[in-house]
Amino acid sequence: MGAQLRLLRRRIKSVRSTAKITRAQELIASSRIVKAQARMAAAVPYEREITRAVSAVVSGTTSVSHPLTVAKENPAKAGVLIVTSDRGFAGGFNANLLREAEALAGLLRDRGVMPVPFVAGRKGIAWHSFRGRPMGASWSGFSDNPTYAHAKEIADTLIEAFKDENGIDEIHIVSTSFVSMLTQAVVVKRVLPLEIEVTTEAPAAGPLPYFEFEPTADGVLDTLLPRYVESRIFNALLQSAASEHAARRRAMKSATDNANELIRVFTQQMNQARQAEITQEISEIVGGANALADAAAGKE
Amino acid sequence: MAKLQVGVVSPEREIWSGEADMVVAKTVDGEIGIMPRHAPVLGVLVEGGVLRVKRGDGGADLVAAVHGGFISVADNQVSVLAEAAELGSEVDVAAARDALERAQASIEADADDAEAALAAKRARARLRAAGEDA
Repeated sequence: MGAQLRLLRRRIKSVRSTAKITRAQELIASSRIVKAQARMAAAVPYEREITRAVSAVVSGTTSVSHPLTVAKENPAKAGVLIVTSDRGFAGGFNANLLREAEALAGLLRDRGVMPVPFVAGRKGIAWHSFRGRPMGASWSGFSDNPTYAHAKEIADTLIEAFKDENGIDEIHIVSTSFVSMLTQAVVVKRVLPLEIEVTTEAPAAGPLPYFEFEPTADGVLDTLLPRYVESRIFNALLQSAASEHAARRRAMKSATDNANELIRVFTQQMNQARQAEITQEISEIVGGANALADAAAGKE
Repeated sequence: MAKLQVGVVSPEREIWSGEADMVVAKTVDGEIGIMPRHAPVLGVLVEGGVLRVKRGDGGADLVAAVHGGFISVADNQVSVLAEAAELGSEVDVAAARDALERAQASIEADADDAEAALAAKRARARLRAAGEDA
């Protein structure tokens, strides 16, 4: 009995320290979500303007034939950028992401295109290297606080591979988009080649004006498109960072709740065990005293 | 007279937005001055350029160091999309001077050092935006 009591006490102590850790993680994550959301909001104006500029150029010039907009007839390889987190403790965050990436890889293979993973985040890198899968490139160390320089580094590598004759012919991004504090969804997007929608409908805000270009339309496209890709990737990194914190907060909250529930159950069991021990001791003493009394009565 | 709606944004934040009478920026073709009712233009800005926004109405000019990016003008809306930008009032003059000296030292050591040349250009733009000689 005494052994069980000691065991329960030890377990309560260990669960309590786990709960302390998960609670701290939860609080850290909640405070970082706010910052991550603010950074997401701060990046919105640039993204809006650059998207507008790209659509202005693409719809303003009659024939768009830039290496970054033209789809190859027989794509052989597709780069898939998978944005995972550096740390775990975030529930199904990375598992969902990698499952979706696998599904995309399957789709690409069905089309006869070989997927080449480009991985950001330590968790994704570990996942790929554990399975012995070759990666086009990998980056890590910034998943919870990405800067534009990181996005640029990734974009440079991808665009370099895209321009290479024997490199990749398409670029897809698999990342988590931050819908709300409670909802994050894995999204798969194709970044390059650009999808040009040909519509006959006039856009809601009236036709886009005809732009003059300095120096030339091609020259502008040459510099504009890589910036556009960078901004898409930066957006994916920021959303992913906010989502990571939100997912971690939720996972850590339920871990803390579970730990507290465990502590409650164990405390109850411990009290029961202690009471049982006391009862047993009393009945042993009473039994012993009775036996002594009986023996004394027998002598007389 | 109509005013220009100007927005200066970098990927990480919106640097400034407001109304202005005239915007002067440096594109790869040369300086371009934009006043209200300018024709739509999309221009590529040079690395290490200085952007000047004339606010009119007695307001002080807004000066910023802009490194790469674009300027797009349409319907009296001017958007400056900079890869990196800094308002003249935010420039750390001592740090910029220091960066310029270091860049010049490495250019003297190796005349083909493109990175240092770029760093020197950026530092000069920052100093000019801050109203210092460079």
